Amino acid sequence: MRSRYFKQRLFFGAVRLSALVITLALLGILAYILAHGFRAITWEFLTQSPTDSMTKGGIMPAIVGTLYLTVGAILVALPLGVVSAIFLTEYAKQGALSRIIRVGVNCLAGVPSVVFGLFGLGFFVVFLKFGSSILAGALTLGILILPTIIGAAEEALKAVPQTFREASLALGVSKWNTIFRIVLPSALPGILTGAILGVGRAAGETAPIMFTAAAFFTAVLPKSIFDEVMALPYHIYVLATAGTHIEETRPLQYGTVLVLIALVLGIDLIAIIMRSMFRRNKRW
Amino acid sequence: MKNRKHSLTKHTKEIAIRNLFGFFAFLSVLLFGLILVFLFREGLPLFKQISVTDFLFGTAWYPTYEPPEYGIWPLIVGSLAVTFFACLIAVPLGILSAVYIAEIAPGGIKEILKSVIELLAGLPSVVLGFFGMVIVGPWLQETFDLPTGLNIMNAAVMLAIMAIPTISSISEDALYAVPREFKEASYALGATKYETIIRVIIPAALSGISTAVILGMARAIGETMVVLMVAGGAAAIPESIFDAVRPMTASIAAEMGEAPFRSGHYHALFATGIVLFVITLAFNLIADYISNRFRETGSGTL
Repeated sequence: MRSRYFKQRLFFGAVRLSALVITLALLGILAYILAHGFRAITWEFLTQSPTDSMTKGGIMPAIVGTLYLTVGAILVALPLGVVSAIFLTEYAKQGALSRIIRVGVNCLAGVPSVVFGLFGLGFFVVFLKFGSSILAGALTLGILILPTIIGAAEEALKAVPQTFREASLALGVSKWNTIFRIVLPSALPGILTGAILGVGRAAGETAPIMFTAAAFFTAVLPKSIFDEVMALPYHIYVLATAGTHIEETRPLQYGTVLVLIALVLGIDLIAIIMRSMFRRNKRW
Repeated sequence: MKNRKHSLTKHTKEIAIRNLFGFFAFLSVLLFGLILVFLFREGLPLFKQISVTDFLFGTAWYPTYEPPEYGIWPLIVGSLAVTFFACLIAVPLGILSAVYIAEIAPGGIKEILKSVIELLAGLPSVVLGFFGMVIVGPWLQETFDLPTGLNIMNAAVMLAIMAIPTISSISEDALYAVPREFKEASYALGATKYETIIRVIIPAALSGISTAVILGMARAIGETMVVLMVAGGAAAIPESIFDAVRPMTASIAAEMGEAPFRSGHYHALFATGIVLFVITLAFNLIADYISNRFRETGSGTL
């Protein structure tokens, strides 16, 4: 009897330890970056361009570039993702077509990010002749986050009670109007949460934009969607690995990492808080 | 008459919308196909220069030498090595943390831990790569007295952090899906909580947990920035866990910028992308197969 409970205690100890290790890993990383990064954060750092061959100055062009790329990606992925999810949940619940689409979406979700980069290079940059540009990068990132958006939208649509649809259809409302006026508004909070998580993902990705959009350094801000841009994740990579001043620019690196983390985790946190608020206020 | 006409156009409109939505939904499949087409379009020309076997199993990766050598075996071994060791760390931590969240943790801690896992999943890979470079690398170098702290060990630890959220969250869903009756029956027979978890719940959720592990592995093998920054970059077959390697993803990301357009090197990097694509696709299809088979047989047949 004692040994049975001893085993249990041992197991529970291991389980708690694993949870602790994971939590400490996250907190450790965040605390370390915060401690080293916050000194670099000044108004100038956030609002100026890099100077002295990127050993001084700020990261404003990278922030702007990341915003452009991320907004572009969500403009591509959100409409496409929501429409796909509506089709999968409202029109073709079962059957061969939805099965094929689901496998396609799953496979798309599993494609490594660097392969998206290769595809973006081969298709958008070379074949469609967009060149290395905001357009090519945003489209590549948009396709990358499409499965995330589809998954989140599908879940949100499924959570809308069946009785809503039945009540609307029973009143003689057409299927399309039922979806557009009843189902979609009810699912909107969930869809938005998913979209925000997608934005966070897109903002942090490096590999897909390396060959499609990201520039080592640009002296001026982009003027059109066919311009190259600097981006926060790529800027970190460049500062940390390339050049002859790696040690000297450490403060800049920590600062940039902190800005990126604040951006991405801030976005994720908004989504998490939104979701729990919607769950609490749910009327059904 | 007028009324009928109205309902007819309404009907056509409904069908049009359905088909339009269907087309956009099918776009995901088309895009997936397009990825394949363009990988092959840019990658296949390599095999006019060398054979597939020489490419896959050649042990020399000297793409810029004259004559160049495009053997990616060291890169494949590098990818497998970092993935294997990352899984040694991530699989136990991921599954155990899922057990904690699903079965043991009290309400408040459970919510916090779920947020921790979600935030960990949200950490950009370049940030983990940076952390591995500036913290883990120097620490490994000093502690084990190594020539470099950028090696398999370092990459495995950072990759594990990336794979843990995938493994943990999917395992957690699998654990929740185990019918309540199983647990109750086990308790009714006098089993302890530990015995119930180990002998009843985990076996019942095993297919879901396997899916989680496979997807975690796929995530690790396809991850780029972490291995690019901390794996060390040596395109040689490693002999110890403290050797530097150059996984496939790192090679593509590092070299594509300098490979001349449509040169042998450029094609070789796309061909490496094909290999990577096929490996991760296989992982994903296996995961998909396992989770579907489980759904079809249902919990009643366990």
